[in-house]
Amino acid sequence: MAYSPIVLDHFKNPRNVGEIISADGVGEVGNPVCGDMMNVYIKVENDRLVDVKFKTFGCGAAIAVSSMITEMARGKTLAEAMKITNADVAEALGGLPPNKLHCSNLGADALHSAIKNYLDRKAGKVPDTELDKEPHHKHEREGCYCPYCSKQVEEESPLCIFCGKDIPHDHDH
Amino acid sequence: MGVIYLDHLAATPLHPRVKEAMIHHIETVFGNPSSDNQVGQPAEQALEQARVQVAALINAEPKEVVFNSGGTESVNHAIKGIGIGLREKGRHIITSNIEHKSVLNALRTLRLLDYRVTSLDVDKYGLVDPAQVEKAITPETILISIMLANNEIGTIEPIADIAKIASKHKVMMHTDAVAATGIIPVDVQELGVNLLSLAANQFYGPPGVGALFIRKGTPIWPLIDGGLQENKRRAGAENLIGIVGLGMAAEMARVEMPERLPRIKALKDRLAKSLIERIPEIKVNGHPTQCLPHLFSVSVEYIEGESLVLMLDEEGIIVATRSACASGSLRASHVLIGTGLGHALAQGTLVFTLGIDNTEADIDKVITVMPGIVQTLREMSPLYKKEHVG
Repeated sequence: MAYSPIVLDHFKNPRNVGEIISADGVGEVGNPVCGDMMNVYIKVENDRLVDVKFKTFGCGAAIAVSSMITEMARGKTLAEAMKITNADVAEALGGLPPNKLHCSNLGADALHSAIKNYLDRKAGKVPDTELDKEPHHKHEREGCYCPYCSKQVEEESPLCIFCGKDIPHDHDH
Repeated sequence: MGVIYLDHLAATPLHPRVKEAMIHHIETVFGNPSSDNQVGQPAEQALEQARVQVAALINAEPKEVVFNSGGTESVNHAIKGIGIGLREKGRHIITSNIEHKSVLNALRTLRLLDYRVTSLDVDKYGLVDPAQVEKAITPETILISIMLANNEIGTIEPIADIAKIASKHKVMMHTDAVAATGIIPVDVQELGVNLLSLAANQFYGPPGVGALFIRKGTPIWPLIDGGLQENKRRAGAENLIGIVGLGMAAEMARVEMPERLPRIKALKDRLAKSLIERIPEIKVNGHPTQCLPHLFSVSVEYIEGESLVLMLDEEGIIVATRSACASGSLRASHVLIGTGLGHALAQGTLVFTLGIDNTEADIDKVITVMPGIVQTLREMSPLYKKEHVG
């Protein structure tokens, strides 16, 4: 659990926590099964993000990521905000532990989801809240499969017994 | 600010007498116990004294105690050693769904060699049903391995009953007693097991040293091959400094247990009762009475364990979590899921393990600080909103 000082600061003093009651767009990514769930609420005026808030269920990294994305997005135009990537958020936080990069680094995804929700509403599309949820982890099939030869291997097997390659378990689910 | 340490399952501080014995050994002895000379002899005496001390803690014969590198090696030796020793008899092993990873992964290896494993469900308290064990036995069954006490929820399994069944069917019985030994009375005669694993770092001894109890006549093959050490059961020059520490820790546990047990249990009971009173929507895990006296596992609704642990750490309180996020595997605890807990609730699980140095003031601090931290994190959680508004 080696978090950078910036991560710890944002975790201990998270910025912009809460909901915007009459938000113009809401983004929701992740699910509690994999440990992190992030909601981002945005207020838009003249194509600019005038307010961004979050609510997050998750570890220290997930909370710090949420806090950081709200700070990075505030005041930006929608076009600028769409260019922020998850990697940018991790970089602004002074880096994240490798096993958190996948699971907890959902800030930009949640923000983009909120902006998409806003644009859909503006275009008169009825926002389908289920569709707006980004499928964070796609479980196409149960069990653990070797990413190189696709044969089924034992749970958390350190290596594939069929092709001999190391299996990275940080992001297999 | 002093640290309030409530994670004794991860590591225990050395008992002062253990430290003293280890330092004394380092300063006076360096020989190899296998050397039949005046340098080797004091080493052999130290080794055999530790064996007597550990045997006394679990009511075994000294010859039945085999020293090794700790709980994980003990479990690996028991499972793979019986697997190889009885390979001609059969290749079926019975275990439970809530065992330690050393058991799961030792069995994973045996499965590659065509051994079959039956892993039994537990009830909501984490209890294994002895009747289910008996049902699972086949003529091919060679080993039953069930833990004495669970290291995440504290539930104590009915090992004596299961060992009777094993004995009736002439099946070997191993119990992983790492979380229990040195904490509660463990008597291999009462339990009736053939094999029992223990580790020093659970009861104020050093890490990296443990022992496997191997009842006389048990058909077990060595895990580590080499010379004649440990009565040909475990080759390699002994970790004598560690073993001396384990021996003294075992003696201190045996002598001090009548005093330690009620004191630690009273502290734990107060911690549990106060947190239940002060924090709504929490769930206590494990069996209400058949439970380790120093362990309290609690799942907090709507929040994730690692963030809770970080915030408690800020207040100088050290506890463990069983959330997926805090584990390397990023997966929720198989033990909590095994007892029927949902994934979201399992994510918010804390495990407090108390020790001999904890005080009333430590518990006061936790019960004062924790409700506010839980509320702060809940206010931040989208799950809390969903349940509480609309």
